[in-house]
Formats: sequence, C-alpha cells, structure tokens
Amino acid sequence: MRFLKMDMRAATVAAALTASFGLAAAPADAKVEGDTIILGAAMSLTGKYSTNGIDTQNGYELAVDMINKNGGVKVGGKSYKFKVAYYDDESTPARGAQLAERLINQDGVKYMLGPYSSGLTKAIAPVTEKYKIPMIEAEGASRSLFTQGYRYMFAVLSTSEQYLASSVALAAELAEASGKKASDVKVAMAFENDPFSLDVRAGVVEDAKKHGMNIVIDDKLPRDLADMTSTLTKVKALKPDLLVISGHAKGAVTAGRQISEMKLDVPMIAMTHCESAKITENFGAGPMEGILCPTQWSETLSYKDDLFGTAGEYDALFKKTYPSYKTVPYQAAQASAALQVWKDAFERANSFDTEALRDAIAATDMETFYGRIKFAPEGNNIAKPMVLRQIQGGEYLVVAPTKWASSKVQHPRQPKY
Amino acid sequence: MLDNISILFQAPIFAVDLLIQGLLIGGIFVLAAYGLALVWGVMNVKNLAQGELVILGGYLAYQATLWGIHPIVALPVAFVLMFCFGWVIYLVIIKRVVDRDMFTSLLATFGLSLLIQQSLNLVFGPEVRIAEAGFGTLILGDLAIPVIRIVSLGLAAVLAVGIILFMRNSRMGQAIRATAQDPRAARVLGINTDRVYAFTYALNAAICGSAGVLVAMIWNIQPYYGLVHSIRSFIIVTAAGLGNLPGVIIAGFGLGVWENYAGFVFGAEFAIAAVVALLVGVLMVRLFQLYRVRQVVR
Amino acid sequence: MSARSLDLKIYAFLIAVGIIGPLLVPSITSQMAVMWLMVLMAVTWDMTGGQMGYNSLGNITFFGLGMYASAVVQIGLVYDVMEYTASFGAIKVDFTVSQYWTGLVLGIGAGGAVATVFALVVGPFMLGLRGPYFAIGTLGLAVAVAELISGWRYVGGGSGISMPIFPGEAGTGSIVFYVMFFVLAIVCHMVIRAVYRTRFGLAINAIRDDEDKAEAMGIHTTRYKVMAWAISAFFMGMAGAIFGNMSGFIEPLEVAFPTATFGIFMVAMALLGGKGTLWGPVLGAILFHIVKEVTWTELLGWQWVALGAIIILNIVYFQQGILGWAQDRWPALFGVTVDEKMSRTGQAEAAE
Repeated sequence: MRFLKMDMRAATVAAALTASFGLAAAPADAKVEGDTIILGAAMSLTGKYSTNGIDTQNGYELAVDMINKNGGVKVGGKSYKFKVAYYDDESTPARGAQLAERLINQDGVKYMLGPYSSGLTKAIAPVTEKYKIPMIEAEGASRSLFTQGYRYMFAVLSTSEQYLASSVALAAELAEASGKKASDVKVAMAFENDPFSLDVRAGVVEDAKKHGMNIVIDDKLPRDLADMTSTLTKVKALKPDLLVISGHAKGAVTAGRQISEMKLDVPMIAMTHCESAKITENFGAGPMEGILCPTQWSETLSYKDDLFGTAGEYDALFKKTYPSYKTVPYQAAQASAALQVWKDAFERANSFDTEALRDAIAATDMETFYGRIKFAPEGNNIAKPMVLRQIQGGEYLVVAPTKWASSKVQHPRQPKY
Repeated sequence: MLDNISILFQAPIFAVDLLIQGLLIGGIFVLAAYGLALVWGVMNVKNLAQGELVILGGYLAYQATLWGIHPIVALPVAFVLMFCFGWVIYLVIIKRVVDRDMFTSLLATFGLSLLIQQSLNLVFGPEVRIAEAGFGTLILGDLAIPVIRIVSLGLAAVLAVGIILFMRNSRMGQAIRATAQDPRAARVLGINTDRVYAFTYALNAAICGSAGVLVAMIWNIQPYYGLVHSIRSFIIVTAAGLGNLPGVIIAGFGLGVWENYAGFVFGAEFAIAAVVALLVGVLMVRLFQLYRVRQVVR
Repeated sequence: MSARSLDLKIYAFLIAVGIIGPLLVPSITSQMAVMWLMVLMAVTWDMTGGQMGYNSLGNITFFGLGMYASAVVQIGLVYDVMEYTASFGAIKVDFTVSQYWTGLVLGIGAGGAVATVFALVVGPFMLGLRGPYFAIGTLGLAVAVAELISGWRYVGGGSGISMPIFPGEAGTGSIVFYVMFFVLAIVCHMVIRAVYRTRFGLAINAIRDDEDKAEAMGIHTTRYKVMAWAISAFFMGMAGAIFGNMSGFIEPLEVAFPTATFGIFMVAMALLGGKGTLWGPVLGAILFHIVKEVTWTELLGWQWVALGAIIILNIVYFQQGILGWAQDRWPALFGVTVDEKMSRTGQAEAAE
C-alpha cells in the first residue's frame, strides 16, 4: 500500500512538472501497465467514516487477491491482474471530488471503484460522468444517485429507501393476518437528520402511505445524538404498532439502550445498523429480542458463485484473511462483489475501451455470493432484495422476504427486560 | 407542536416523566458547570475545552469496561487521572495564558479542544461508545426510571458536597478562595498563586472527567460530542453568574428539564438548537441588564 | 519605499500569481480557488477581529446563509423549491444555459444581501457583548443557525440541496469559480484597505483600543461596529454562494456551516499572519493553505491534531503573528514612526 502511494505521488509530481513546463499533453496513460489493470478509488481511511472505509478497502483487496490468484482477468486471450490505487478522502465530499479529478486527470485512471457513503458518491459521480469514466460503486445507497441520469455509474447494492420499507410491508401483512386492516397500523418514526437516514425515511413514508397507515410520530434526531428520552416518551404516550429508527450506529446504540431502560412495549421495532452497534452484546439478548434489522447481505443466505463459493464460504475466507473481524460487515461483501462485476465486464467486453466496458457493465446479469446482480437503466441493482433479520435468542435470523426466510417472524416481540 | 403539548395535558404522567428524567440528567450538567465557574472565577480562564474534558473522562470509563472493570469503580480512578492531566495542561498551556487578555485563553482552550477531540478520534475511532453499568430500571406505576440515572445523581451530589467541604475547610480551599477575591493580596500574604491556579485547573479537569464517566453510563460518547457539553456549561455559568453556587445548581437542573421538554414539544431535531438558542438568549438578557445599570449611572 | 507603492506592488504580485498559477499548472485550479477563499475569510475576519478588537467565532454564519440564499434563488427561479427539496434530489431540473447564468449572478447577489441584512439585524444585539462574551455568543449563534437550518424542511433540512450543475465542458466550471473567488478576494481586500484609510478605519481602531473612551469622544460605537460586521458579512455571503455552486451539493453542518473547520481556520490564519495588519491575514491564509495542501494527506489523521497544536502554539507563544512580529522588529518598513523617547516613557508607564 505504502509503496503504491509513493508511486502515485511520484506520478503526480511528474504530471505537475510536465504541465508546468508547458509540455502538458494527454495525461499519462496508466490505465493498463504491463499485465496490470489499474482501478482508482477515493477511500475514507481517516475521519468519521474510517471504520467503514477500511471495511470497504478490505473487501476490495480480498477480491483483487482472489481474482489475481485464480487466473486473473482474461482480455484478448491474455491474463491481466487487478490493482487498486487509493487516495484518502478524509470522509469529506469536497476532498473526494478533488481526488477523483486527480485520479482521472493526473494519474490517468480509466476505471473507477466507488468511495464509502452516499455523500461521497454524490460528490464523485458528477466527476466520473464528466470524463465518461465507468464507476462501479458498492457503498452509495441513496436513491437520489439514480435519478440524475448518470450513464457511467453502477451500484451493486440495494437503494436506501428499501432498508426499512420491508418492515412496513411486514407490519401490514401481519395486521391483515390477524384480521385487522393495514390502515389501522400506527407508525412511529425516529430518523437522524442526515441524507442517508432521511432517504430511508422517504421509503418508509411512501410505503406507509400506500397502505394508508397513520404516522403518529415523525421525529428527526440530531447529529450529536446521545439521548432519545423525549422521543421515546412520546412513543410510550401514543402506543404505536410499529416503531422504525434509523441513525447509523449511534442511533442504534442510543435506541437500544433506552428501549431497554424504558422497557418499551411496542409490538414491532425495526432499526438499521443493529450489527455495527452490537446491540445484543451491549444490552443483552433478552431486551433486544424481536427487533428487526435490515441488511444488504447475510452469510446465511444461499447465494453462491465460482470464485468465492457460497456466502458462508466468503464469510469464512474473510475472517481467515482479516482475523480481527468477528462478524463480516456487509460493506466488505458488497465491495468484493463490485470487483467481480469489473472482472466479468472486462472479460465480456474483451477490450479496454471505456465505452465498450460501460455497455458490458450495463448488460451484467450474474450470480455472486452477494446475490444476483443486474442493473436497471439508472444503474442500481434491481435483482437483489434487502433482507430483514430478527433478533431471536441473540441470533440474527432471516424472517423476510419469504423466499429467503430461515425462520418465522416473532410477533408481537417478546422481550425479557 | 400543539398536539405534543396536548399530550402533556391529557397524560400528565409523561410530563412528570420528562421532568424527572430532566432533573436526573441536570445533576451532571451542574458538575461540569461548577468546574467552569471555578476556573473562570479563580483564574479568569474561559475554558472552551470543558466538554472535551468531559468526553475524555467518558473514554476512561469506556476503556475500563473493556478491561472488565465496572465503570462506577472507574470513577475515582478517572478523578485522579484527570486531575493529573489537568495539572499537566496547566503547566504546558494555561499557565501562559492566565495573565493575557481573555480572548487568548478562549482560543488557546479551543485549540486544546481540537487537539483532544482528534487524538480521541485516532485512538478510539469515530464510533459512539458507551460504558454499560447494567443496573436495570425502577418501575413506579407508569414511570420507568433507569437506576443508573438515580445512582449518578447521587454520585454527583456526593462529589459536589465533597468539593464544597474541601473549599470551605481545607487550607488549599481557603487559598483558592482568597486568590479568587484578590490575587495580588493573596500573593502578598504568601500564597503561591501559581500553585493555586494549577490546583484549580486540575480540580476542574477532575470534576469534568467524573461527569464524563457518568455521561458514558447514561448517554453515549463520541470524540466530537464535547462542544454541546461546553456550551451547556457556559449557559449555566452565564445564567447563574460567577461565584453563585446555588444559582449554578438551579440553572443546571433547569437546563436538563428544558432540554427534555424542548425535544418533546419542538421535536428532537430542535433539541440542540433550543439549548444553543438559550445561550444566546441568556447573553442578551445579561446585556439588557447591563444597559439598565448604565442608565442608573447616567 | 512608501507604504502605498508597496501595497500596489503586492497587489500586482498577487494578481500575477492568480493569473499565471492556474495557466501553468491547470490541475491545481480548484486548490487555488479555495486558497483565495481562505484569503477572503481571513481578511474579513480581521476587520472585526484584528482592527476592531471584536473576536468573532461565528463569522461562518454569513458564509452558510449566503450559500443557502443563493441555492433558494437559483432553484426558485426555475422550479418550486419546496417540491425540489421534498424529493431528496430525486427531481432533476434541467437549467438552460441562460437560466443558469442569471440564477448564478442573482444567487451570488442574494447571498451577499441576505448575509448583510442578517448582520445588520443581529449586529446591534451581538455587538453589545464584550470580549469573551462576544466570542462565545457568536459561536453559539453559528451553531444555533446551523441547527435551525438543518431542521428547516423548506431548504431540505438535514438532507441538503443539490445545486444546479454547471453547463459546459468538463473542467471549465472550476476555471469559472476560480476566477470568481480570485476577483472577489482581491476586490474585497481593496475595499477593506480603502475603508481602513478613512475616518471609519480610525473609528474602529479607536473602538479596539478603548471602546468607552471612543464612545465618550462622541463616536457612535454601535453604528461603526455593526457597519464593520456588515461589510464582512457581505463578502462572506457572496463567497458562500460561490462555494455552494462550486461544491454542487449543500448540506447544513459540514458544507454550509463548518464551524470547526473553516470557522476556526479563518481565525487561525489571521493570527498566524498577524492580526490587525493589512497584509498579515493574506500572508497567513496563503501560508496556511499551502502547508495544509502539501502536508495534509500525508499525515493520515494526525493533521487535525497538528491543527490544534498549531493554534495553541500560535496563541501561546507567537501571538503577534508573522507580520506583527516583523512590524515590531522593523517598524520603519510599515510606515510606523517610533519616537524613541516617547516609547521609552510609554514602557516605563506600562511597567508601573
């Protein structure tokens, strides 16, 4: 890594020098060096996204390693290796956009991988679009990314409005099964006031409206989130049938602790980031029993491919390669899947031309350990569903959608405070 | 907003609930604010790093839980460690800004707060952390009160009483009070004011650190959460006035209650805005009081 | 060399650098645009902080307000703002080229105007606060405005607003915004320099030296203070409007009201260069920005720790800044005449 960074710095200096001597011509042609295909990525290695940024980087690196070890990428009868050039974007969008320009303009990168988070992807996508450089991203879930008419950006993950919408559908299903009307369901919402969570909220609002549900609480949580007492007091007063919460790990930590402290008896609670907040470890399996958590991917699913094998085998390989992980974050899994899409596209296009590659990516339809990948014309993956897991006895068990469910949903939830 | 108020009238039990939770959390605000009143009153330093000292204490509690030590046990340890830390900070930074104009101390401590924040971020990462005490909840009819909040209020009270007794009766406490009244006279009478200043700042750090341990047990901590704690301390001290201990206590509890009610009525997204707006409001009220004094003089 | 001709030479030098820099090394255009922004921030901060003695920690408020004002104007010209923000960026508005440019010009104007009006309205209250209370109050003001805007749904709340996309070829956008920042920074400095040379400059210096005496001498202190703050606000508001367009995406806490980064950078830069001097903030900003750009990414997270350390060192050990130090050392160079005898008696008095 360090070595690669030095390389890049030298290239930058060289580019700057050429430019300053007025010899500036086309940027250095570094897309393919010998038998190596260079992909570029701005990555949050420091700053507030650093943990997830490093997860993503590990996912990229694991896939690069596996692909290179298993025959590489075959283009025109020759086998090539992948290599990723990273810059640290400090978790700030403005920096990310600058670095994308630098990768494309100064370092001559022609194939991009996405950064971590929707915010950074939002900043970088206009740049790659401008230079007509294809980018496969794995971590930007915001729906607004796919309404801008971007031609060169593709995402392997499900968009964020689907995160908790499935819990609304589940609530409607359960209400009807018990002989009530879906429109009788009262929904309470607590979302952090940031782009990601508000996107998740939009999906919930849309689905709740579709079922004619009544939204009784709609609180936005501040970014310096440490206390939800006032929101949860409101929940106790209004007794909703469904409580949905999203606010990254800090939202899940705060909610988990205070749900347990206030002994909330809402029959159905759904929230994001349960796993990264480690709510069962922190607050005990009993109080957290029955909470629903959406996830992009789970190691218990029956997806598989030729490179990594099943989802479970990927899980084992990742833990073996990076022993510091006790559970594999889905962020890493989807990052690995992005490289599988690149390999597939290079081999089908059988060319290094960015236009041919773009068309090949757009036509992708493949099974991976991460799920099926097939892109809508807007660039998002429409073939892979979000799955909803429920905490039952301290384990995360898949309960929805029915096709992948490994166990029955527990309703109403039976926490042991 | 109106329907939220009507809930409070229809089901007054929730109004009581918010009141109790607010009072319980207010105790912690009082601690940090008392520390600020101390350094402000004695050495005229406006410590903007107050919140970061709180958060630092919180991380000590978190680290203790990682080693399997109960956070309550970590409280006295954090007190001592933070006392030493405060002394070092005094020697390196504060000592050199005590005699300068007031903006200097403000900005220097702001630099200090950045330094602490970012170092915490490097050491512990940007995720939120907690120290779980595992005390359960006290159920009184419809009220559910987390035991840890009651315990922490008790601990805050013990700490506060201890410090007040110390200030009243000990030699150092008397020296601190004397220096606050007139540093020159204190020096003439043979008090080593430099040592008094160091002790005062260290004591403040220790108080904040203890408050931080309680914060980590009740709420959660993150490297960047300090600013709101600093602002809270400034509101309380500005509202109460320097050297007005009963005022600090009342203002602290009042702020805790205000935060909870504001979050309930305006929605959680305006809870922080409500706190900060209160700061600006308090400053304005003080300003108008000043105008009135001026008119009397005229 | 008179101070005036020296000033002209420095202007000529800066303008030359501003034109030649991006021509020689086109890839650093956006970094240089931010450098001019930094210059502008430091210079406007110094007007109240250095020359008037009112150390604000909340000037970033004007920056953010200008940014939001321009966003509302630019989008509102073509589309319904409420509908646009309610869709979380799902609506893509196509601006024609002429719509874009009218919007941009009006938006920048609105940015300056809204920030100025805001300064005129809150100024009389905030500037009644003295010393550290002013600093704390303005910091509180900045945080409060940021929090209120992130709760305001009309402007998108916490999910922010996407700005109209710059029409035209790849790369021309950064040149246009570069030119805007460059011109704005130079004009801003010229205006402020001209202001300093009038009675106004003397009045705000008098307020810094002793506000009560200035008031006793019949200077309408409040009026001068508010005017000075409003001038800062005007330029900060326009800069915010341009920065919002350059970023392409506005979000309240990190892009529009970055209290802990830009908000503090401007103070640190003015102090580094020497507060209360004409060229100190410019020098400080340029040095600070260059050092930051060159070393930043190499430090991997330690850069922020280093920033805190720099502020502390600067404040505690080197408070007069580079030019302040030079001015003490070689007063003649700055057009300051020192009467040896007077200054000696002055020192004797101070020692008393």
